[in-house]
Amino acid sequence: MGLKPKVPGLVKGLGVTFNTMMNTFKDGANTVQYPHEKEAPPVRARGVIALREDNCTSCMLCARSCPDWCIYIEGHKELAPPRRAGGAPRKVNKLDRFDIDYALCMYCGICVEVCPFDALFWSPEYEYSEPKIADLLHDKTKLGEWMETVPEAPELEVGADKKGKK
Amino acid sequence: MMIALTFPYWAQSLLRVLGGLVAVLLPAGTIVYVFLFKMMSFMQSRLGPMEAGPYGSMQLFAEVGKWLQKEDIMPERADHSIFRIAPLIVLASTFLLVAVVPFGPDAWFTNFETGVFYALAVSSISVLGILIAGWSSANKYSLLGGLRAAGQLIAYELPMVLAVVGVVIQAGTMNMQQIVVAQNAGEIFGWNGLGNPYILTQFIGFAVFMVAVQAELTQAPFDMPIAESELVSGYMTEYSGFRFLIFFIAEFATAGVFALIASVLFLGGWGVPFSWFGWHGMGDVSNWMNIVGPLIMFTKMMGLVFLIMWIRFSYPRFREDQLQRFAWKVLIPVSLVNIMLTAVLKVVF
Repeated sequence: MGLKPKVPGLVKGLGVTFNTMMNTFKDGANTVQYPHEKEAPPVRARGVIALREDNCTSCMLCARSCPDWCIYIEGHKELAPPRRAGGAPRKVNKLDRFDIDYALCMYCGICVEVCPFDALFWSPEYEYSEPKIADLLHDKTKLGEWMETVPEAPELEVGADKKGKK
Repeated sequence: MMIALTFPYWAQSLLRVLGGLVAVLLPAGTIVYVFLFKMMSFMQSRLGPMEAGPYGSMQLFAEVGKWLQKEDIMPERADHSIFRIAPLIVLASTFLLVAVVPFGPDAWFTNFETGVFYALAVSSISVLGILIAGWSSANKYSLLGGLRAAGQLIAYELPMVLAVVGVVIQAGTMNMQQIVVAQNAGEIFGWNGLGNPYILTQFIGFAVFMVAVQAELTQAPFDMPIAESELVSGYMTEYSGFRFLIFFIAEFATAGVFALIASVLFLGGWGVPFSWFGWHGMGDVSNWMNIVGPLIMFTKMMGLVFLIMWIRFSYPRFREDQLQRFAWKVLIPVSLVNIMLTAVLKVVF
């Protein structure tokens, strides 16, 4: 008939659900009632990308490596006073626009990895949903504000050379 | 013992309709909140709905409101009139079922001589509703779900009927009231402190009946007809809004009504053991049992539904062939043996 007696396993299964129920009664649930109580995300969670504008040279590496094409950069060249007296004026890139469209972003972090000038950082902040999808486009001012939430870089391992971010 | 008040016929009918609505909708709402929302959540170590009302107790009203305002979608090639009727047939079967359940010495809707027979007969009307719901949707998933449901409900109706036969033999009557009286006035080997609830003498019948009820309600592990990973939602796939709501109410109201019937047949129904108060038969039962009886019934129903839901939340789904094999090769032979044993013992004692 192919039906071996399975009763002990069946009873054990009922016991599992019953014990879980009793534990939930006694010790509370494993879940968190989100808007009322919040769990702190891990320090290195990928919440939002912050921009340090001074470091950005508008080299476009991040925009080009973005799989979603969600980074928009516009810039122009400006002449800056020379470093030493009598020198030629320097050419510097000024950032006009640096937008990240979080409606498109898939939080892969390639832009943060690829940035050669330490201008992009991960922040664990995650509460920035908007009623209108267009508001998910964060401009460079807003991206700059996220810098305050970027955690300190962790201690380097012993013997590592000091090349870490921030 | 009759109620002193007399009502004209129309008032009696009105009271019966209102009582029927309460007897169907109140258990359904309670079951959904207590078991589906809360017990299931707790068994998965979460809290369930918490925002609507204290501890989410108003959640069901929110859900009903949500369903009522949804668009009433019907597939273009569906058989429209049949499609509309199907959920009503399923719900009607629930209302017809509750009609024979006695809630107290005088608190009943109808008191058929063959109440058990009637209950088993009307319970199979829902198969029709489910089958035509699957057929009229013009959807392959719905059709498969409807056919699976038909096969399953017919297969599990047999052990259910056969399990009840044992009770009927032992009580010597098919009248629900007299089955209740027979259990509460009964005695076990001369000791009548507990009456003689048939769960003791008919335990095999009770087990078979509860398994069959689980299958009739298409609750897991017998939820092949609406297996969501295979058939989207089976015969309910194309239903939305109000019509889906009716299917939903019918599912849980039927769970409640079957639990009520099971408590009448096996747990002594509305009664308390008559020896506690020195009663000897139906004539001696006090009038206050008409108030206490429904509460006792409700308690027993909640206990049985707890059992049904506990199993539903614990076990994974049967395969279709296992399901059929279980009904035909295990449950039906077992219940036939149970009938034979009951008949022999009835003659011996």
